[in-house]
Amino acid sequence: MKKINGLLLYLCLALGVCTRAQDPMLVNGAGATFPLPVYSKWFDEYHKAHPGVQINYQSVGSGAGIRQLQSGTVDFGASDMPMTDEQLGQAKVPVQHFPTVLGAVVPTYNIPGVSAELNFTPDALAGIYLGTITKWNDPAIAGANSGVNLPSSDIVVAHRSDGSGTTFIWTDYLSKVNADWKSKVGRGASVNWPVGLGGKGNEGVSGLVKETPNAVGYVELIYAIQNNMPYGRVRNAAGSFMKADLNGVTAAAAAAAKNMPDDFRVSITNPEGKTAYPISSFTWLLIPTKISDPVKRDTLKGFLKWMMTDGQKFTEPLSYAKLPKEVVEKEMKAIAKIQ
Amino acid sequence: MTLRLRWRKLVSGIMLTCTGACAFVAVSLLFFILGYLVYHGGRALNWDFFTKLPTPVGETGGGMANAILGSAKLLLLASLVGVPIGFFGGVYLAEFGGRTTGFVVRYTTDLLNGVPSIVIGIFAYGIVVLPFKHFSALAGGFALGLMMIPITLRSTEEFLRSVPRSMREAALALGASRWRTIATVVVPAAYRGILTAVLLAVARVAGETAPLLFTAFNNRFWSSGWSQPTASLPVMIYTYAIAPYEDWHRQAWVAGAVLLSLVLLANILARTALARGISAPRA
Amino acid sequence: MAASSHVVRAPGPIAGPRAFLRRLRSGDEIAHLITLCFAASVVLVTSLLVYELWVDSALARHKFGWHFFFTSVWDPIAEQFGALPFIYGTLVTSALGLLIAVPLGLGAAIFLSELAPPRISDGLTFFIDLLAAVPSVIYGLIGVFILVPILRNFGEPSLKATLGFLPLFQGPMYGVGFLAAGIVLAVMVLPFIISVSREVLLSVPREQREAALALGATRWEATWKVVVPFARTGIFGSIFLALARALGETMAVTMVIGNNPQVSASLFAPGYSIAAVVANEFTEATGDLHLQALIELGLVLFLITFLLNGLARLLILTTSRRGSAVEVA
Repeated sequence: MKKINGLLLYLCLALGVCTRAQDPMLVNGAGATFPLPVYSKWFDEYHKAHPGVQINYQSVGSGAGIRQLQSGTVDFGASDMPMTDEQLGQAKVPVQHFPTVLGAVVPTYNIPGVSAELNFTPDALAGIYLGTITKWNDPAIAGANSGVNLPSSDIVVAHRSDGSGTTFIWTDYLSKVNADWKSKVGRGASVNWPVGLGGKGNEGVSGLVKETPNAVGYVELIYAIQNNMPYGRVRNAAGSFMKADLNGVTAAAAAAAKNMPDDFRVSITNPEGKTAYPISSFTWLLIPTKISDPVKRDTLKGFLKWMMTDGQKFTEPLSYAKLPKEVVEKEMKAIAKIQ
Repeated sequence: MTLRLRWRKLVSGIMLTCTGACAFVAVSLLFFILGYLVYHGGRALNWDFFTKLPTPVGETGGGMANAILGSAKLLLLASLVGVPIGFFGGVYLAEFGGRTTGFVVRYTTDLLNGVPSIVIGIFAYGIVVLPFKHFSALAGGFALGLMMIPITLRSTEEFLRSVPRSMREAALALGASRWRTIATVVVPAAYRGILTAVLLAVARVAGETAPLLFTAFNNRFWSSGWSQPTASLPVMIYTYAIAPYEDWHRQAWVAGAVLLSLVLLANILARTALARGISAPRA
Repeated sequence: MAASSHVVRAPGPIAGPRAFLRRLRSGDEIAHLITLCFAASVVLVTSLLVYELWVDSALARHKFGWHFFFTSVWDPIAEQFGALPFIYGTLVTSALGLLIAVPLGLGAAIFLSELAPPRISDGLTFFIDLLAAVPSVIYGLIGVFILVPILRNFGEPSLKATLGFLPLFQGPMYGVGFLAAGIVLAVMVLPFIISVSREVLLSVPREQREAALALGATRWEATWKVVVPFARTGIFGSIFLALARALGETMAVTMVIGNNPQVSASLFAPGYSIAAVVANEFTEATGDLHLQALIELGLVLFLITFLLNGLARLLILTTSRRGSAVEVA
C-alpha cells in the first residue's frame, strides 16, 4: 500500500514537473567569465523584453566554451581569445566571431596596509608571474612606486586553473612586452605557470586574491570594482602609467576598429596610443553560421541585433566599453551570414 | 602493589582516556559542522531563497529555487535508473543467483561502488552528453543513478536474504510458484528495509557534485523537461563558494544548510527505521 | 537453483531458441530471466565504463607510454602531459589524511567498543555515521571559509615556528595546499574508520579479552595487545576503504588544495590531485590529446581505487561478522 502511494506521489511530481515543458525556448551557451557580468545582465534583460526566450549562459571559461561549441553540446560559445584556424577546423559547423564589448584585464592585489594604487611596469608583471620577483618590496616594483611603503612579504601569485581567455589576454600582453616570458611560457588559454595558485574563473581568481593577504591576480576590471579590490596602473607602450577605464580601453581599440578584418579576430594588447590602456581586449560570441533549428537561429540573430543596439547601453555601467561604431556596422552585415 | 603494576595501571588509565578524547573529537566535529552551517545559513535564510531565481552576476538578492527543483528532478531520474536495476539485481542475487554468476555480479557491483564520482562523470559525458549533443538533466540523473545501483543492489540482497527460510518454504508448501513467493511473501517482508536503503542511497547521491559538473551542467533559469541543463544545489554551492561576491557566499551557506539538513534528515529517518527492526512477518 | 518443476521437454533434439522459449511458459523462468537481465546490466554498464576509459585514452597512452607516470610537466600548449604532480598530490593528501584519521579513528573505535556502555556506544556511533553522510561540497565549504584562514593565520605559522627545520614545513604559507587538503580528507574518512573498526572490534570473541584479563593484564593491555591484533585484518580493511574513498574525493580537495601542478616537499605548498584536475579541465580540454590525457588520469585513479577496494573487502570479510544490515560505503 505504502509503496503504491509512494509511486503515485512520484508520478505526480514527475507530471507536474513535465508540464513545465510548455516553456520558453531555451538556448544554451557557455564560455568566458571575462564578460559574465554584462552577459548575465543582457540575457536577463532580453528575457524580460522577450519572455518566450531564455538564454542560459554558463561561465566555464573561454577554453571550455570553445571546446563545447566544437563538440556541439552548446548552441553558442563565448571567448576572449579568438579561435585559432586549427580550432575552427575542428568545429562541426563553421563559426563566426561577433565582438560584443571591450574590456580590460587589471592586476588586482591584496596587500595589508597598502591601499594606494600601485604602478606596474611590464617587466615587473612578467617578473612576478615568472617567479623571479618574489617580494613586494623588490626594486622592480618599488622603483615605480616611490612614496608607497611596500612590505617585504612574499608575493602570492594567483592565476587561472581553467582554460581562460583572460589568461590569453594576459599572456598575450606579457609575450609582447617581455622576451623572457615569451620564450619560457608563451601565450595561450592554459599555460604552464611557473608559480602560483590556481582559481577557477575570474570569480575564482578574485576570490583567491580577496581572501589571501599579499596576493596578486589578473582579472577583468569589473570583478575588481564589484568586490572593492584595489587594482594597479600599467605602463603602456607610450610610457605612461594608465589606470583601466572606459577611455583607455576605447583608445586601445581605436586603431583596430578602423582595420577590422572580416572575421573580427584581432588582438589589441600593448597598442600605440598615448591614452590607451595596454591590457585591453575585445570579447567575442562564437556563433555557428549554420543553424538547423529555425527558431534557435532567429532567436540568436534577434539577440545579436538587440545586443548591438539596445544592449550596448548596459555596458558602461558595468565598466565595459561600447563597441566602436565601425565595428557595429560591420557586424550587422555579418549577421546575415547566419543561416 | 608493585611499582610496575601501578605504572601499568596508570598507562591503562591514560590511554583509555585518550580513546575517550578521540571519540569526543569525532562527535564534536559533527556538531561543529552542523552547528556552524545552521548558524551561518540560518541567519541568512529567507523565503527568497526558495522562491526566486538567481540574479545577474554582481547584483544582490535572488535565490536558488531552480537549483532546488533541479536537484529534485535529478534525484527522481537517478532513482528511476538506480532503484529498478538495484532492486531486481538484488532479487536475482538473493533468489536465483548461481555461484559463478552471483560472484561476477557481486564483484562488478563492488567495482562500480568504488569508482570515483568524477570518473562516473567522465563516463556519463561520453555516453549521454556527446551523442545527444547537449548537457541535460538526463545525463546527470544517469550518472547519479549509476552511483545508486551498488547501494540498492547489495542492500536488497541482504534484506531479502535475512527473511527466514521458513517463510519461503511455507509459501512453497502451500503451492505457490517461486516468483509468487518472492513477490507476495519475501519482498513484502523485507520491503521496509529495502525502502530505507533506497532512501539512504538517494541521500548519498543528493550531495554529489563532481559527476554533475559535466553532465547536468548548470542553468540560470528553470529547466524545462528532462533534456536541458539544470541547476542543482551542490553545483550552485560550489560555484558560489569559490567566487568573491559576499552575497553569493551568503547564499552558499544557506544552500549548504538546506542540503545538509535534508541529507541528515533522510539518514536519521532511514537509520531509526532500520534500528527498529525489519517489519515482522505477518501471521 | 531453480526449485520449480522441470518443464516437460519435447522429444527429439530441438535446437536452443525454441526449447528456451518453451521453457519460458513458466512464470518462474520469466522472473529468473528478468532479474538476470537487470543484474547483467550492472555488469554491462561497468564493463562499458572500463572500456570507454581504456579506448578514450588510447591516443595519450600511445604517445606517452610509461613516461606519463614520471613526467612532471603539464603543458597544454606544448602538448606535454605528465601525471606525476597529480599522482603525487593524490597520494600525499590521502596519506596525510590517513595519518591523522587512523589514530583518531582507531582510538574512538576502541572507546566505543570497549569502554562505552552499549547504549551510549550505539548513540554515538549513530551520530558518527551521520558524519559519513555529509556531502563533499559541504566539507569544501567549511574548508574554504574556516579551515584555510585558520591554517594561514595560526596553524601554519605555529608549525613553522616549532617544526620549521623539517622540509615539510617550509615555504610560503597560503592556507590552501597539501596540508589543508589532508586535514579535510582526514575528517571525511574518519567516520568510515570508526564505523568499520568498531564493528570489527565488537566481533572479536569475548574469550580473547577475558583470557587476557584473567592472566593479569590491565584493560588497556588486554585491548591493545590482544583484541586489536586479533582484529587487525579488519582494521586494515577499514583503512584501505578509507584510503580508496580519500583518493577519489574531488570537490572538497579542489576547493582547498591550491590547484597548482607541482611536486613539492613542503606541506604548505599548493598542489593538485587527479580528481581535481579532471574536474577543472575536463570540459575545456583544448585538443584531443589534452582530453585523452585527462581520461588516462581517470583510468589511473580507477585502477588504484579498484585494487584498494578489492583488498579492503577481502580483509574485512576475514574478520567481521556477516550480514550487517546497514551497508557501509
